[in-house]
Amino acid sequence: MRWLALFRPGDWLVAALGLAFCAASFPLVWQGGMAEKAVIKRGGTVFAELDLSRNCRIEVPGPLGITKVVVDKRRVRVASDPGIHQYCVRQGWLERAGEIAICAPNEVSVQVQGGKESYDSLSY
Amino acid sequence: MTHSVIELTTTPEDHRIAQLAAAAIGLALIDAAIPLPLPGIKPGLSNIITLIVLARYGWGTAAWVCGLRVIAGGLLLGQFLSPGFFMSLTGAVLSLLVLAGAVHLPRRWFGPVSWSILAAFAHIGGQLLLARLWLIPHNGLFYLVPLFASAALAFGIINGLIAARLLTELPASASNPPPPEVTHA
Repeated sequence: MRWLALFRPGDWLVAALGLAFCAASFPLVWQGGMAEKAVIKRGGTVFAELDLSRNCRIEVPGPLGITKVVVDKRRVRVASDPGIHQYCVRQGWLERAGEIAICAPNEVSVQVQGGKESYDSLSY
Repeated sequence: MTHSVIELTTTPEDHRIAQLAAAAIGLALIDAAIPLPLPGIKPGLSNIITLIVLARYGWGTAAWVCGLRVIAGGLLLGQFLSPGFFMSLTGAVLSLLVLAGAVHLPRRWFGPVSWSILAAFAHIGGQLLLARLWLIPHNGLFYLVPLFASAALAFGIINGLIAARLLTELPASASNPPPPEVTHA
């Protein structure tokens, strides 16, 4: 009790804000678990599942041409894509569970997955 | 042979800073001896001294005591100028900056506990940033944020409470003794 008396009103506020920050940080950071694999889909069906612990590159043929995907140091990125806007290429490295790069024109998507998925499905 | 004696003239303020820094260094050594599961998580007991100094003597003295503790503590632990030293330095600088603002919060509402929590978060924030930029340039580091933040909150509250209690139990005069004899200095 004597210890609680040392809290001033604002101290409770600061402590509560700190607690809120801690509580929020757990799900934010750990939502998808550790990034474990990259799932590459073409036209909505799974084309390949790449283990992030092994570096590799893969070529995914789509309606417009070849989309190249590279896994390096537990990260994955779209190295090149025939689409016009190059959004998925410019997204750069994906390294956390749940991150996704979508090359819509070529119907290719690359998603990092962890132990569990944070949502059920994704459709175009 | 010439008699060359360098005489340092010291002020009572210097003595006070030295005494308080010595106490902080002692606590820093105890801190380092406590085994904890994850590197980077430490109670930061010496910050209790920083908080007390901040409350009693103001930010300038607190910065001196904290800086001396970081440097002398680093020397004593054999990590001076090592990555661990720079982590400690970054944490100390960031938390002192935050304390410079926090000390102006109305005292009626915000006490050492608030200062301690804010400083603890600044401390770990600065260290994470330095670690990300320099030591572990990988975002995987941020997976540890929840653990570090929780530890900062817990130890921030505990240290703040200890500082607040010491401030109430030590009357201002007791922690502000008359300067010792200067002759032996």
